[in-house]
Amino acid sequence: MPARTSTRRFSLPLVLLFCLLIIGAAVANESDPWLRPLSAPAPADNQPTDARVALGEMLFFDPRLSRKANMSCASCHNPSLGWSDGLRTATGFDMQTLARATPTIINAAFNPIQMWDGRKGTLEEQALGPIEAGGEMNMPLPEMVTRLKTIHGYAPKFEQAYPGQGISEVTVARAIASYERTVLSTESPFDRWRKGDAKAVSDSAKRGFDLFTGKANCAICHMGYNFTDNGFHNIGVKDSAEDVGRFAQKPLKSMRGAFKTPTLRDIALTGPYMRNGAYVTLMEVVEHYDRGGDDKSNLDINMTPLNLSAVEKADLVAFMESLTGAPREVRVPVLPR
Amino acid sequence: MNRIRLLIPAALAVTFALPAHADNHTVSQVKKSFSVPVVKAKVGDTIEFRNDDDFAHNVFSLSDAQSFDLGSYKKGEVRSVKLAKEGVIEVECAIHPDMKMKIEVKK
Repeated sequence: MPARTSTRRFSLPLVLLFCLLIIGAAVANESDPWLRPLSAPAPADNQPTDARVALGEMLFFDPRLSRKANMSCASCHNPSLGWSDGLRTATGFDMQTLARATPTIINAAFNPIQMWDGRKGTLEEQALGPIEAGGEMNMPLPEMVTRLKTIHGYAPKFEQAYPGQGISEVTVARAIASYERTVLSTESPFDRWRKGDAKAVSDSAKRGFDLFTGKANCAICHMGYNFTDNGFHNIGVKDSAEDVGRFAQKPLKSMRGAFKTPTLRDIALTGPYMRNGAYVTLMEVVEHYDRGGDDKSNLDINMTPLNLSAVEKADLVAFMESLTGAPREVRVPVLPR
Repeated sequence: MNRIRLLIPAALAVTFALPAHADNHTVSQVKKSFSVPVVKAKVGDTIEFRNDDDFAHNVFSLSDAQSFDLGSYKKGEVRSVKLAKEGVIEVECAIHPDMKMKIEVKK
């Protein structure tokens, strides 16, 4: 009995200390703007359920959503290649080379605006864009719905996911968006460092973060847990033919040649980089910013030469590499027949 | 005397055509937001947009009521627009499309 009393006396402060540490860690996580929220937001009329995500997963991997039944969303947004395609610019309908790089869909769930030029708002709006785009999957949406209705295995899946709503453009878009909301970055060494593990990243990466938020001025656009301001900038990337970018949506001088700031989460997996795949390595990207861009005809006023040393450039690369977590496990579904 | 007779109605017309007095309204751009969601103003007033963030902002409107593009500018800089006619002007930052506000302009 005395021994038991002694244990109680000893354990109470320890329990209190443990609780304080847990609470402290939780508060720190919530207040750290560089740490990703645990889940992605979803619209009230399309809250995620297992059935919706499972249906969206099938549609995402189903090539029958394309006109020739030979391209799925995953053909370009390939989970094996950082949910992109590893190409400088995308390959579209009938193997044509497109003008822009395939953006990763990792953490697209957090973006309030989609596509390089922001022409789509929600993931639901975005989901149908590439399906019907002539240069991409080239599938008229009414034809897509008709085709899905001929695949008998889909009807019960739609009924389970969206009871009474049937197979429609709306339910297809909602299901794909629900699946895309599960494609989130995993915990990276950078996250572990922010949470207090001093050894999670190298000293070079730590210096890189200081440069990123300081001298190199990266964080004025690549800000917050998703490393994007969800904004549009002309960063002076060279082109063989002009791509006006955001200007097509917003005909304003500063938007000519401006494109949406991409996330840097899982950046080591998502190259080549820039909206036209101009650079294969992160060091090339850093060199671009160090020069203050190349095409200065309508450069964002935030862009100026950085005068970085070789060590500083390497530090920035080390930091960006620390933003890549272990790849999440991806299931390739068996499709309805 | 005839000239004076002609000038008096002209002067009165000009006086009554102008608003009683024009006001200045200041809107700050801070923490990637406009400081107020709506400004209520009248024709002839001026709206000043001040960038208080550490990065560049833009101010524009493509509204039917009045369209303008004040361009992109850095911290500390102020650019302004004079309100030409009544209506609702939707103002945005082209760089950061989640930044939006309205100007409700009355006579």
